[in-house]
Amino acid sequence: MEVMNVIVCVKQIPDPAAPGALDGATNTLKRDGKLILDDSDAYGVEMALQLVDKAGGGEVSLVSMAPNGETSGLRTALAMGAAKGVLVSDPALQGSDALTTAKILAAAITRLGGADLIIGATESSDGYTGTVPEQIAELLGLPSVTFAKKVSVEGGVLKVDRQTENGYDEVTCALPALISVTAGVVEPRYPSFKGIMAAKSKPVEEVTASDLGITPVGWAGAGQKISNITQAEARQAGEIIEDDGETFTKIVGFLENLKVI
Amino acid sequence: MTLNNIWVFAQVANGAPTSATLELLTKARSLSSDVTAIIGGDGASAAALGEFGATKVYAINHGATLPGVAIAAALKSVIDGGDTPDLIMFPQNYEGRDVMSRLSVKLDKTVITNNIDITDGGNGVTVVTPIFGGNTLVETTFTGAGPFLAAFRPKSFVAESAGGAAAAVTAVAVPDLGAAGAAQVTAVHVEETTGPKLDEADIVVSGGRGLGEASNYALIEDLAKLLKGAPGASRAIVDAGWVPYSYQVGQTGKVVKPTIYLAAGISGATQHMVGMKGSKNIIAINKDKEAPIFGVADLGIVGDVHKVLPKLIEALKARG
Repeated sequence: MEVMNVIVCVKQIPDPAAPGALDGATNTLKRDGKLILDDSDAYGVEMALQLVDKAGGGEVSLVSMAPNGETSGLRTALAMGAAKGVLVSDPALQGSDALTTAKILAAAITRLGGADLIIGATESSDGYTGTVPEQIAELLGLPSVTFAKKVSVEGGVLKVDRQTENGYDEVTCALPALISVTAGVVEPRYPSFKGIMAAKSKPVEEVTASDLGITPVGWAGAGQKISNITQAEARQAGEIIEDDGETFTKIVGFLENLKVI
Repeated sequence: MTLNNIWVFAQVANGAPTSATLELLTKARSLSSDVTAIIGGDGASAAALGEFGATKVYAINHGATLPGVAIAAALKSVIDGGDTPDLIMFPQNYEGRDVMSRLSVKLDKTVITNNIDITDGGNGVTVVTPIFGGNTLVETTFTGAGPFLAAFRPKSFVAESAGGAAAAVTAVAVPDLGAAGAAQVTAVHVEETTGPKLDEADIVVSGGRGLGEASNYALIEDLAKLLKGAPGASRAIVDAGWVPYSYQVGQTGKVVKPTIYLAAGISGATQHMVGMKGSKNIIAINKDKEAPIFGVADLGIVGDVHKVLPKLIEALKARG
């Protein structure tokens, strides 16, 4: 293939290093602080860049959805080498379920004119519903290969090693298609200083849900409501000891008490 | 609402229904007497599915086409034909997720994944989902009309035979999928493992980044073998390519509930804890005394796995 255009679906999430919290009013995950590019999506961005590079032409575009106009996560992906992005930002998106999210992203992909290949992550690191890529494929009438751990395009045909419960399947598929990639499929590059500077001027079009012709969104469109939140019974921590070179005997004793040795 | 017609997405491995399938059938029959199992391929497992509560089986032979797109299209044709379920229960795994995702679009219905329980009460059908590593439980109630689509984590329910008769099998053809059906499996690779299966083993010994390098994973394998257990791994070392994905314990890997779980060089990321905190007894060895894994450990050793593990292995070998 001489030209290959790839669209990557990326999610901007609260820093996973910070403890998660629920919004007391809506019981949704708080996403109001600074958002970063979900690590799970860095693999897809890297995969897209490599495939376009190998094809010898084309570009990588991004689609994302955020309630508050946040672009810092998108800028990270642009700094890695993506060319442009569409951000669907709309306060009405707060509380959207996975299906509505998929409808929004599918419409954003269509707005970009589609692509030869669409890439998503297997699941996000904050909500981890894990259905959005496959839902996008169905909405766009595309074939899909989820849980891809190795990806190549040869003679315009997609070849994927797809993770299974006890090994992997080799799968071939005509383009255009959608794949979801597992973490570790490629090693994401760090954005260079030049990349970071260039990213500042790359175009990110900001649109609303109604610009895309999608209603209802947010709570109104969700088909589910959170009815209760409880704290699970906490597991009590047991005996914690510093190793003095002999603590292995503690483990032996523990195993003996449980009659496993 | 009251759940009457319940479907369960069933899977077969090595000729028998998977444990996740039997768990879901057991739960389904506690909610309704009208339980249908959906199965890819033929209906050869109808006897086992019936034993655990299915009264009917829809068998969908999808050939080399990936199951998600094909089974969802076949189920849509059944629903269009007049058999409409109130609830479809899926296992939280690859195939389950793919089928439910495709079907959710066809039916324009929401999906709720990662659940550990379901109730059918006066206020509606409610599922329970653990978040923040299982410390918080969210109850979500479906609104509007069914079919409700929900996926459940393995080991959420205990499988019990109902002593039921073989289920009646109806073959359902896969409609023309057009371009969406283009993905075809050309070869299947099974990674051979010896010893007990990770998700069924009574003892699991898992290693993580703290092992330092891939070659040190041999310590985990040695210890697992001595204890007649299964070796496991954190996502970090699976992503790094030290061990195959089939070793992974956690949110995106296996859920284990062994009698003893020994975590060596694993800090205890939320991702990992979700997959192992149901273990009856947890032993953790980690250099960092602030590591979250110590919050759930019954016995925690703050120390270097490279020092503790060899001594432990030697001591166990000496016992013969």
